[in-house]
This record gives sequence, structure tokens and C-alpha cells, in this order.
Amino acid sequence: MKRLSALNITALTLGFAFLYLPMVLLVIYSFNSSKLVTVWAGFSTQWYGSLLRDEAFLDAAWVTLQVAVISSTMATLLGTMAAYVLVNSGRFFGRTLFSGMIYAPLVMPEVITGLSLLLLFIGIGLDRGILTIVLAHTTFSMCYVSVVVSSRLVSFDRSLEEAALDLGCNRFDAFRLVTLPIIAPAVIAGWLLAFTLSLDDLVIASFVSGPSSTTLPIKIWSAVRLGVTPEINALSTLMIGIVTVGVITASIISKRSAIAAQRDAQTAERAE
Amino acid sequence: MRRFALIAVPYAWLLALFLIPFLIVFKISLSDAALAIPPYAPTLKDGFGALIEGLDLENFWFLTTDDLYYKAYLSSLKIAALSTFLTLLVGYPMAYGMARAPEEWRATLMMLVILPFWTSFLIRVYAWVGILSNEGLLNQLLLWIGLISEPLTILNTPTAVYIGIVYTYLPFMILPIYAALDRMDDSLIEAAEDLGCSRLTAFWLVTVPLSKNGIIAGCFLVFIPALGEFVIPSLLGGSGTLMIGKVLFEEFFNNRDWPVASAVAVILLLILIVPIVLFQRNQQKQAEAEK
Repeated sequence: MKRLSALNITALTLGFAFLYLPMVLLVIYSFNSSKLVTVWAGFSTQWYGSLLRDEAFLDAAWVTLQVAVISSTMATLLGTMAAYVLVNSGRFFGRTLFSGMIYAPLVMPEVITGLSLLLLFIGIGLDRGILTIVLAHTTFSMCYVSVVVSSRLVSFDRSLEEAALDLGCNRFDAFRLVTLPIIAPAVIAGWLLAFTLSLDDLVIASFVSGPSSTTLPIKIWSAVRLGVTPEINALSTLMIGIVTVGVITASIISKRSAIAAQRDAQTAERAE
Repeated sequence: MRRFALIAVPYAWLLALFLIPFLIVFKISLSDAALAIPPYAPTLKDGFGALIEGLDLENFWFLTTDDLYYKAYLSSLKIAALSTFLTLLVGYPMAYGMARAPEEWRATLMMLVILPFWTSFLIRVYAWVGILSNEGLLNQLLLWIGLISEPLTILNTPTAVYIGIVYTYLPFMILPIYAALDRMDDSLIEAAEDLGCSRLTAFWLVTVPLSKNGIIAGCFLVFIPALGEFVIPSLLGGSGTLMIGKVLFEEFFNNRDWPVASAVAVILLLILIVPIVLFQRNQQKQAEAEK
């Protein structure tokens, strides 16, 4: 029998308060009418208005969104391929180097990744802009995707794919019709992870972006270096809101599908 | 043929955009700074012979002559180590509480730990600026209670950096420890208590050793990224905090000394190899133990 003591409850309460209080305060103060962010002067939504009228922020948000969608899609493609190769291809020339290159970017400090990519882009004479940010983001997020997908592929029953091949599927169809639907949750999770990583990245984007391709984190960074500003509080609140709604929706959907799967299994058992 | 393409595409991508860039950093770290664009010499255009001849360890020597650099490495190591320990102190009781919580709470608690992961890192760090500054919310609260009579200076000191690292990396510590505690068989503790252990001794002698792998994994997951951290020391640490990620960034963007910035990067990576290899070993041992 597990015992949840008063001590455990205190630890959880204090711990979660520590995790959430700063964000809650940020949200509350985004509705503060005073320009002085630490003095409460009444409720107002004026900072949301001034945020949405700020062309520079909207442009940056648009650049960020484009980069995130393109790079996470490319990262998902490449990462899934890499995971498939790592799990299924057995030995091939340079396998150790390959798996090393998949894992190394996960622990590489961002300043080094950013610096090295910038030096490459300058070396080959590629102008810095949306394309260079996409290339950089695809490279590090494909590694995350591949880790997520390969953990799912490892537990995947290969005989299902073999059965499809025996029944006349070619390799590609077997992958598309059998393997892909089974690993789909991991592929989707990988895409979401890549998307979030791209939206969030400041350091690497600072190195590889050009003057015409400022992303939202770079814009936020140049604003917050000067201290707390109410517009950034409003922007943060919007971002926290979107993430919270997204994560809660995703967890409800996955809980529902788990319950549905359980019910199916029960019905199948009864039918037997 | 198709199999070849499947391997070749991600392979070539990583070679071109991960390995080669890194080799370039290594090469530039051995070059001289030059007043040109790009600001280093020799480049590939000078021919291969000149390229090899122009390389030397001068930048690395330079790093040893200016004590800014070794101080920055040492202070990064110290800040990363101490904040890893603090994260463990905060994270362990939380993971322990989660593992003891009723079954039906666990999914929610888990989601509450993961949710900050999906929220912007930059915003989570920024949230502390308004709390820790001199006229910030923490000082207002303490003044109001009467605990202090003058505002404390926390922002722009190493203390703020510690708070920032513990706060942002806490989920990395909680998740592996929780996973280890969750797998633990509770009857072991009951056995220890039946055999005369007090609850505290049972905790020390049974629970802590059994969650050792989770603790080690969590510590590496915090220590490794904290060592090269740039955002937290720049935003919360101010000029008073020296960390190598920040030095590298400033060397590159403010001083525009690419060869020295590259040398700083190479050494940072050499320092990181040790914990990374240890972490890999720990993960492998754990994976084998589970088989």
C-alpha cells in the first residue's frame, strides 16, 4: 500500500507552486494597465491591442511560423527515415558514425551548433535568411524526431510487415499500409516536438538568421534584454495559452483513444 | 537501391550540416584572425598548402594568457554542478511524491511536469526578471511582510542564475527519477520496516539506492545543457556572472573574433565529452540491466 504522507503533499504543492507561480504572475501582470510592470494599477487589455498593432512582431511571428512548419515537416521525414535505418538496417558501412551524428546534436550546446552552421553557410556563400534557419532547425530537430520514432519502432512487431510482404505488398506499400499507421503516434509526437523546438529556438536562430528574417524569439530577446515590458507579458500569455490548450486537448484525445482501444479489446475478448 | 537511398539521404544531410560545420569550427580555431570577410585567414581560396601552413595553436595559447577564459570555464562548471545539485534537492521530493500519489492522479501530475517543456524556454526565464528585480514582486512581498527593510539584489547575480537553471531544468530531473521510483517494488520498503528499519533509514538504504540510475540520468540531463547555457546567464546573471556560453556568444558577435570564438567552442566540447560519455555508459548499463 502506498502512503502519501503530509510531507509528500507539501513537496508536491511547493514544487508545483514553484513551477507554475512565475507563469501565473506573468499572465496576471499582462492585464495590468500600468506601464510599470510591477505596480498593479487596474485591469486592462491595452497591451494586447498594442501588441497586435505592432507590425514588427506580426512579421516575426509569420517568419517563425513558416520556419517551424517547413523545418518540422522536413525533420519528421528525415528523422523517421533515420530511425527506420537505425532500427531495421542491421550493419552497414559507417553505422557508428551515423548513430553518433543522430545523438550528438541532442547534447551539443546551442552556441556551438549555431556557430558551426553559421561558419558553414558563410563558407559556401549562402545568404542568411529563412532558408538557413530552416536548414539549421531541420538538422537538430530531425535527431529528436528520430529518437522518438525509433523508441516506437523498437517495440514494433516486424512479423506484421513481413506478413504484408508475403501477401504481395511491395516494401513501400508494406511501410505505408502497415508500419506507418502503427508508428503514427510517435511520428506525430515527433513533428510536434520539432515544431515546438523550432518555435522556441533563440540561440541557433541568432547565429544563422539575416536582418530580413527576424524570428519571434529573436524579437522577444531584443525586447526583454532591456527589462520587463508589458507587450512581452501579453505575448507570453498568448503563447502559454495556446500551449496549455494544445497539451490538454492532446491528452484528452489520447486518453479517449486509450479507453476506446480498451473497450475494443474487451468486446473482442467477449466475442471469442 | 531503395535501401541505399533510405540510408544515404539522412546520412548525407547530417554529414553536410552537422559533421562538416564542426570540422570548419575546428579548422578556424587553428587559423589567424584577419581584417577580411570572412574575418579569418587562411581560407580555402589560398590553396591547400597555404591552408595547412597557416594553422597553429595560437588561439588556444591566447585562451591561456587571458584569465577571463579559464575563469569562465571554471565558473560554468561550478554553476552547472551546484545548480544540478539544487535541482536534485527540489526534484527528488517531487518525483517521490508523484510516485506515491494515488494511481488516478498520476497522469495529471505527469502532464503538469511536462507542460512547461512545451512552453517557450525564453519566456520561462523571462518570467523571473519581473519577480527577482529590485522593485520586483519577491522584494515587494518580503518588504510587505517585514522580513527585510531594504530590497535584496538578486537579479544580475549568480543566485538568479541558479534559480533560473533549477526552474527551467526541473522537469529533466523529475522525469527519470519518477520513472525509477515508479518501477520500484513497495514491498521492499515494507520488508525493511518489518526488519526494524525506521522509515528514514529504509528510505536511505532501500529507496535511494534503487532510484540511483534515475538520479544519475537526471543529473546528467541537467548538468550537460546547463554547462553551455547562454540565455539564463545573459538574462538573469547580468555582467556579474561569467559563463562560457555567454563568453563565446560575445566573442563572436561583439568582438567579431571568429578564431578565438571557435577555439572556445572546441574546448567547451572537449570538457563536455567526459560527462556525455559517462551518461551514455550509465544509459547502456541500465538498458542491459532491464534485459
